[in-house]
This record gives sequence, C-alpha cells and structure tokens, in this order.
Amino acid sequence: MTEFSPRIVAFCCNWCSYVGADLAGTSRLKYPDNIRIMRVMCSGQVFPSYILKALELGADGVLVAGCHIGDCHYVSGNKKAQERVETLLRVMKTLGLDPRRVRLEWISASEGMKFASTVKEFVEEIKELGPNLLGVR
Amino acid sequence: MKDEPRIGVFVCHCGTNIGGYVDVPSVVEYARTLVGVVHAERNTYTCADDGLTAIKKAIKDHNLNRVIVASCTPRTHAPLFRSAVADAGLNPYLFELVNIREHCSWVHMKEKEAATQKAKDLIRMGVARTALLEPQEEIRISVTPSALVIGGGIAGMTAALSIANQGFKVDIVEKDSEMGGMLRYLNDLYPGGRKASLVMDEFIGKVKNHPKIEVHTSSTIKKVDGYIGNFTVSVQNEKVPLDIKTGIIVVATGADEFKPVNLYGYSGSGNVLTELELEERLKNGSLQKLDSAIFIQCVGSRGEGRSYCSRICCNVAIKNSKLLKQTFPEADINILHNGIHAYGTYEKMYREAQELGVGFRKYSKEKPPEVTVDGERMRVKLYHELMGREIEYTPDIIVLSTPLIPHPENGDLSRMLKVPLGQDGFFLEAHVKLRPVDFATDGIFLCGSARAPADIIESINQGYSAASRAAIPLMNGYVQAEAITAVVDETKCIGCGYCASICPYRAASMNEKTVVAEEVSYITRKSYINPALCKGCGTCAAGCPAGAITPNHFTLPQIMATIKAFQQPGAYIYDRIKA
Ligand code: FES
Repeated sequence: MTEFSPRIVAFCCNWCSYVGADLAGTSRLKYPDNIRIMRVMCSGQVFPSYILKALELGADGVLVAGCHIGDCHYVSGNKKAQERVETLLRVMKTLGLDPRRVRLEWISASEGMKFASTVKEFVEEIKELGPNLLGVR
Repeated sequence: MKDEPRIGVFVCHCGTNIGGYVDVPSVVEYARTLVGVVHAERNTYTCADDGLTAIKKAIKDHNLNRVIVASCTPRTHAPLFRSAVADAGLNPYLFELVNIREHCSWVHMKEKEAATQKAKDLIRMGVARTALLEPQEEIRISVTPSALVIGGGIAGMTAALSIANQGFKVDIVEKDSEMGGMLRYLNDLYPGGRKASLVMDEFIGKVKNHPKIEVHTSSTIKKVDGYIGNFTVSVQNEKVPLDIKTGIIVVATGADEFKPVNLYGYSGSGNVLTELELEERLKNGSLQKLDSAIFIQCVGSRGEGRSYCSRICCNVAIKNSKLLKQTFPEADINILHNGIHAYGTYEKMYREAQELGVGFRKYSKEKPPEVTVDGERMRVKLYHELMGREIEYTPDIIVLSTPLIPHPENGDLSRMLKVPLGQDGFFLEAHVKLRPVDFATDGIFLCGSARAPADIIESINQGYSAASRAAIPLMNGYVQAEAITAVVDETKCIGCGYCASICPYRAASMNEKTVVAEEVSYITRKSYINPALCKGCGTCAAGCPAGAITPNHFTLPQIMATIKAFQQPGAYIYDRIKA
C-alpha cells in the first residue's frame, strides 16, 4: 500500500499570506508538495462555498490564509473571513464532516517560516485523518 | 462567454531556477493537452526581451486571446507581462501568472518529479481560470482641484495654508465665530515659551490674507455627498446655506478639554481649575499672589470609562508649574502624578522643573489624592507610597490635568463623511502605523486632536502631512480607480443591506429603485457599488446572501473552475483508494 499523500488547496490573500508563501520560496524553505495555492485578493473574498466545493470534490484539506487581524489590506476582510469560517466549521460538524480538514491561519508577508511550518503541520494532521472519502464516487 | 478561449502558455526556465528542479519540457507537453490551450512554449527567461517578443509574436501567429506565463510570483513581473500583452492588443486582464518558482521549484528543490507534477497541476488550474477571464477597464476619475478643511484650529490652518500654497483653492469651515481653536485659550506654548496669541495671530493673518483661502466661520457641515475628487459639502452658516464642491476633505476638528465636574472638588468656579482655566488666569494676569499650588494628573483619564492617556497633559502641567515657579519663586508647587510621561525631548523640561524646585509626588491608582473644599480653604491629602504615610497640603489653587476628549458632534460628522470613530470617540485613521493621516475612505484626511490628543507641534506636523497626502490627487488631477471591483446584479439583490453595512470604504450603498413588473410597480432597495470607491476585496460578495455580487476577476465561476481543475484528473482519487 502506497502512503496516503493528501491533496490540499490553499486560498491565500494577495497582500500577506501569498507573499509569505513567496518568502518561503525565496528563502528556499522546504515543505511538503501536497499543497496548491490559489491567490485571492483578501481572505474575506473566500466564499464558504469554495471550501465546501473543494471538499466535495475530494480535497483532503483546505487552508484559508490571510493577514493578521488588524493588518488586512482591506481593513477588516479577515475578520469577516474568521466569522464565516467559524460558522462553516459548525455547519460541517452538523453535516458530519470533520472540521479539522479546514484551517484558517494568519500568515504575514514576513512569515515565510510560518507558512512552511503551517503546511507541514497541516499535512501531518490530514495524514492522520486519512483521505476525504467525499471525493470518491 | 462570447469568444472561445485560445490560450497561450509560456513556461519559463528562469535559467536554472525553475528549469533545474522542474522538467520544463514535459510541463510544456502537458500544457498542450489542456482544453483551451492552443499554444505552449518554453523560454529561458520569459521576462527578458526575447521572451516578451515571443509572447507578442505568438498572440499574433496563433490568434491568442488569453495568455498564461508560468514563472515567478506575480508580485514581481505581472505588470511587465500585462503590458506586453496589452502591446499585442489584448486587454491586460486577459493575462494570468502561474507561480511555479516561489511556490514550487524553490520549495521542492530535491524532488524533481513532485515539483514537475505540482507545476502541471498549477498550470492546469491556471488554464481553467484563464479560460473564464474577462477584460476589465481601468477607470480614471477627474478631481475637482480644491480642498475643504473642517476646523480652523492650528492643524486645520496649517493644512489649509499648505494646500493653498501649492496652488489650490481651500475652503475652511469653522463652527465658532473665529478661528484659532484651542490656541485661543492658551497662554505660553512649550517648549520655548512663545505666546500662543502671537502664533495664532500670525497663522490667522496668513490664512485671511491668502488669495486662495476662503473662511466660513460660524458654519457647520450639514451634508456630504460624493466621493474622492467629487465631493459636494452642504454648509450651514448663520445667513445662508452653501454647497461647496471639493476634491478632497481634511478633518481637523480638534477636541475639547474634559471638565471634571464633581471630581476633586471641581465645580467650574472657585480655585479648583483645569489646565485651560489656569492658562486663562495666567494670560489675563488675574493670578496675583500664590503661596502654594497642587497639580493633579490623570483626572478623568487612564482609568475606568476613559482609559486612554491624553499624552499632552504631563507636559502642560510641567510647563505651567515652571511658569508658576518662575513667577512666584517662594511658592510651594507640587505635581501629584501616577507616572510622568514627559516623552522625547520633553524630559529636558521635566528636569528643568525639578531643578526649579517643583515637587513631583507619586500617588497610586488605588489611593488617589483626596481634596476637600471648605469655602476658601482647600486641603489635599496624599498618601505617599514611599514614606508610607499621608501628607497634607493647603494650596491656594488646585489644577486638575484633564484629558482632551472628542467633540460630541464627532458622531454626526463621522456619519456624514462615512468615516469611522475609534472606541474612544476620536476619528480613526486608516492604519495606526502606516497611514496615520488617511482615512480608509479615499479623499478624506485627518490631522490634529480630532485623531488623538496632540500638542501644537504635533498638530502642525500632522496638518502638513495631511496636506501633502491630500495634494497627491489634487496635483494629478485624477485618481485611478481599481480595475478589479465588485458589481451588483440588481435582479438578484434582495436589498438586505449587508454589503453596505460591512464595506470599509463605503463603496456599497442602498438606493431606492422602482421596479415595474407587468401591471404593478413597487419601490424596493437595491445595492449599488461605486466603482470609484470599491477596492475589490470581495468581502461583500463572499457574504452576500443572495449571491448578487460578483468580485470581478475573481468570479465564482472562475474560482469554481480552478477548484475543479485542482482535483482533476479524477482518476487520481481512485488510484489512491485502490492502492
Ligand atoms: S488582504 Fe490579507 S486578509 Fe484581507
């Protein structure tokens, strides 16, 4: 049996987390290859349905990353993101989905290390959870 | 969508930065197999001249209508590629950059296979998104070349003079019958001890004689319409209402001194004074003799209810204690404080006061000084922490250092201007560190004690800085609005007002609309997002319960397509389970 290799999609805001991921690259930090980053302008732009869609299609984990509270390029988009993700996690529980598959993190443009370690941790956690069986039809 | 996508994919080797860790030829091969891609090639450096020429040529040769460059982060070269694409006649928003360097080759340097697979995935996702990209227009808004300054105190006058000296017309709206603000009540200024009245007269003289400045005294703001470059401000003065058209607005409304009624024996009359009342006595010379004076710091601040530090009161008390000591050298003068904040260079003034013999006595928050007033006789009891016992004073005057507090009218003004107040009731800047004199709303700026307690030097500094920020759109004559904004589909909008309630830029507003449906017509509310104000964060769209808002360039179909592409080829999932 080959080892389970999770597939994770990440929504990174243009102004902080995407740049944090860039910095991880510029610093040549190694992290697992399981993640695919999508750029959005702000974490507040992430529709809850994006997260659900990704899970429905079989993503093993979804990471939403934005600027630290107080630092959002658009003042307060990340606060809205936080409210929405928290609500979504509750909804996921009622639907019988494991909320651990969704993570919200604040990663600034200078936190390349944090980006890399977040990915590492998340991948480890998802490995423990095993594959998202929703993707299997 | 009208046109079938004809996408060109340009994969960059970036020397060995990508080429050394990703199998670029196989990525190009893979890209060719993707639906919508009609051309794929690789370049040593796509950002170099020959790379850019290759893009332009391919657009012509293959009749491309979308372009993807798979290379470094969009933060570096996206503008360069956009303009190359635009040179070849495509809308620059029909371009997408896929990051296979920072997000791929550089973080997977020892796993060529995995890095190559990841690059393919990212390009597949990019293609899915790019196929749905639509052209966007960058709009320019013209700017009325004039400014309106609310408040004729030192900060407002400084800003007005600075803007007017750059050649723009300025209207100052002052609610009182004369300008000068807080300066009117001050005696000597620190540091240096210049007479406030001299400074004030000099400024007022310059403002009044300036050919570009018009002053409206005894006037208040009644209504503000419009947005950066094109505001209309309705001003009510004793005589006539007036509509002023302006490009930008500076808020310089200042603050009030807190009157500590019922605290420490203060009643508004007698010999318990606030700092401003002391300054008035010093100014008009009514303080003829003095044997003993007590200052009490932090009266009504840094505690429950009003938790902030008013910053300037320590310096004001030190200034005034020095003055008293110089005028009445024999007098016993003590400042009772809970920590002196003589920040920066004011430490020198603090030393000087100590050298003159002003006493500084610490009280603790738990045991503040006690004041009893019995007719002319006043007593102050202080529990001295170090001596561990009480000391009693019988001063001639007691001066209470109270904070500057926000004007009660701030709330109305903030609603009219659609700019926020902080939790203490002062106006709230766009960013406490990075944008101290801007509001999040474009075209409105902030200076002086309207923002937070500021002394004269700081108010002048901030007046200059608000003026220089404000002069940018005035000088340019236009502002470039974001091309990527959100738009409302009125047929879907249910008029709930959520977007208008959360937009930090006040770009979304609710308007009454008459809907005609067959025989009936009715009035309902619909949201409108002003493209001149929208910054394109998309936060309203993601929360719209009716799905009526589309964030351009990051539309629901575009993102959904990318998510789907993320999970293809679907076979992958089965393989994984079977294994
Ligand atoms: S821009 Fe980073 S979270 Fe809003």
